Amino acid sequence: MSEWRYLLAQNRGTLLAIAFFVVMFAIYTSNHPAGFTANVVQTAANKGVLLALVAMAQTFVVITAGIDLSVGAVMVLTNCLASWIVVGSATSATLGILGVLLTGLACGVINGLIVIYGRLQPIVATIATGAAFFGLALLLRSVPGGDVYSPVADALTGKIFDVAPASLVALAFVVLVLWVPYSRSTIGRAAYAVGSSESAAYMSGVPVGAAKFFAYVLSGLAASLGGLFLTFVTYSGEASAANANTYTLFSIAAVVLGGVSLFGGSGSAIGAIFGALMFRTIGDLLFVFNLDPLWQPLFQGLVLLAAVCVGSARVFQVRNRLELFP
Amino acid sequence: MNGAESTASPILRMEGVSKRYGGVRALADANLTVFAGRIHAILGENGAGKSTLIKILSGVVAQDSGRIVLDGAEVAFDSPAAANRAGIVCIFQELSLVPDLSVADNIAISNPPRRFGMIDRRAQRRLAEEALDRAGAPEIHPMALVKDLALSRRQMVEIAKALARKPRLLILDEATSALTAADVAKVFVVLKRLRQEGLALLYISHRMHEIAELADESTVFRNGANVATYLAGTKTDNEVIEMMIGREYSHIFPPKPVARAKAQTPLFEVRNLNWADRLRDISFTADAGEIVGLGGLDGQGQRELLLALFGVLRGVSGEIRVAGAPASPSSPHAAKGKRIGMALIPEDRKTEGLMLPMSVRENLSFAALQRVSKGGIIDRARETKLVGELMDLLEIHAAGTDIPAGSLSGGNQQKVVIAKWLMAEPRIILLNDPTRGIDVGTKQEIYALLRRLADQGAAIVFYTTDYDELIGCCDRALVLYDGAIRRELAGAEITEHALIASALNISSEDVAAGATAQ
Repeated sequence: MSEWRYLLAQNRGTLLAIAFFVVMFAIYTSNHPAGFTANVVQTAANKGVLLALVAMAQTFVVITAGIDLSVGAVMVLTNCLASWIVVGSATSATLGILGVLLTGLACGVINGLIVIYGRLQPIVATIATGAAFFGLALLLRSVPGGDVYSPVADALTGKIFDVAPASLVALAFVVLVLWVPYSRSTIGRAAYAVGSSESAAYMSGVPVGAAKFFAYVLSGLAASLGGLFLTFVTYSGEASAANANTYTLFSIAAVVLGGVSLFGGSGSAIGAIFGALMFRTIGDLLFVFNLDPLWQPLFQGLVLLAAVCVGSARVFQVRNRLELFP
Repeated sequence: MNGAESTASPILRMEGVSKRYGGVRALADANLTVFAGRIHAILGENGAGKSTLIKILSGVVAQDSGRIVLDGAEVAFDSPAAANRAGIVCIFQELSLVPDLSVADNIAISNPPRRFGMIDRRAQRRLAEEALDRAGAPEIHPMALVKDLALSRRQMVEIAKALARKPRLLILDEATSALTAADVAKVFVVLKRLRQEGLALLYISHRMHEIAELADESTVFRNGANVATYLAGTKTDNEVIEMMIGREYSHIFPPKPVARAKAQTPLFEVRNLNWADRLRDISFTADAGEIVGLGGLDGQGQRELLLALFGVLRGVSGEIRVAGAPASPSSPHAAKGKRIGMALIPEDRKTEGLMLPMSVRENLSFAALQRVSKGGIIDRARETKLVGELMDLLEIHAAGTDIPAGSLSGGNQQKVVIAKWLMAEPRIILLNDPTRGIDVGTKQEIYALLRRLADQGAAIVFYTTDYDELIGCCDRALVLYDGAIRRELAGAEITEHALIASALNISSEDVAAGATAQ
């Protein structure tokens, strides 16, 4: 068999997500009154990148067969923090950005410690820490407000050379420095191994605990990138419970649409990013076809359901029914 | 022992190693000496301590006492990774491959080649190709996903993975059981070459002809201890079997009824059952009043057979008849229904038998809720009455019916699992190794109960890994080997000798010769 077939098979989920997104986005722009213009793409990109970053955060953990229900809260917390400290001069804003990212990292460390070394179930542990993180966000911003260092915000939400949306370029940069090295590192490999079969990984001498811990830490970091970007888009901080909850749930939806298996062990952050962009485009599609926005949740739900059905078709091949229960 | 080997210094020595699991003694003062450049076979029946020995050597569990000496220095491994670093690599029976990763990823999993901190895929690929080549399976593509490979291919990947770790002591635990004959031949060439290269090999197998072909010396284990070590070719198959036998009979079994005439239509009949390539053309009957034992070494298809009968497996072909009428259950729910009336006492009471946090009463009525409910509402008074009757019948010692099942002792938990199925009033009772890990007193009670149920007209199919139970408890015994019934023994034919010989798939002439020698 040729080399390509194996590569194709291993990246099927990611490639499908990219293909679906391209088709949907083509339908969207061709029906948009303004057409495929830089402005249309920029608006879509800024909305999509927010969810893409949170979906990426979720991917790190889902690959290890875990789940992080605190990603939305980490995003909101770091958004509130950024609205205080990413201000003033260029130097103080830079230090502020570092502080925001370190805070996200710290949130991930806390999640990792509780889940791996406290041996709590990821769902319960991250619901609890998520509530705590949101509580901190409320203390930071009891009412929406604050500011952000606008040169960076303008640059990252604007266009480069008046054509390419800067947010997409920034997202590509994050993928290049965070995801690509990770997926090719031993710790990244270990994360896939743990998600696919924890016992086989352990028996092969893979550092199981470290792999899971690192996944939660990276999840916190990526979620704080989301929080930072949210600040750049809104120029303020807001402890919004709605944001925390929807971003958490949508991140799981994006991960599934992006071909990342919730059972762990397969998929990529690139797939999840396109899953996120796809999920955002669904809403936009309704807009260009002049459908009532009230239809949006129902339509998104149906698309998600269809994606999950496709993803679980393997169930029909199981010959020992006991294997149906993970 | 013999003098020839005292000149070379051993690569590994285990001295007085013991290990207990709860009340069960798995290894008792075991000794083993392994030399480089030799293939050392380990023999023993189920529960002789072979797998515990391997687990200790490969760092999966720690011994309670005793020393492991590697190259003259005492070692202790706290994880498989630590054992690997010391050069001990084990090929496990249950595969240690990660299904969602590629062959190359798996081969290089614990220490992939790196460049600038990232995995060097090209170097990894070369390493995988080399390893596959050395293992005699160059046709496996290093980019293929492990989950897409057939079982025998996966086993070859497992061997390649072990070789890529450059072991000094390679342990093979039933490593050929999933392989085709052609693969076995290739693997043997590889193993012989490794021996020449100076590796020490520990080879665990129940296939006597493989051991005859490969081993330089063999050690027989019995009851958790080594009983004899001999050079290849110095013992006949029969002498080896004699060494494997020899446990004292510690259980008391109820008397067996005198053989009765066969009924016209047996209560339970299985014809030509096949499933995947794990069950092959299995046919047998179990009459009302009969206890039919399933024997053989672990993992020869006994569990799959019980699951197939109980409707758990998909794609089972063949016929199952109850009282002459076709009755192939489509699910456990259908199997326990009135029309079929089947019960399966599962192997692992903690995961498949009981809901541990739920009460004894709730656990007892799960399989027979239709008996204690009307219109979907559970009749508590009736439930309490039936539960009380069963607890008396099985002498379940619990502080009350509302305490969690998990708080009972192992023996009492097992009785709850059995009682739960008796409440459903089954005609056909399948048991999957029901006495594993429980105390002798409870075992006796279970034997007596099984006989009583048979006398009351049930047909019982009883899989056990304990040969004493096949001999003491069963009217007939079916010995499985490689997914097929290798031999059927009835009445006085069920001897330990016959059971072990057929479990090892030694030809029946040898068995006859052994029987007369006895």
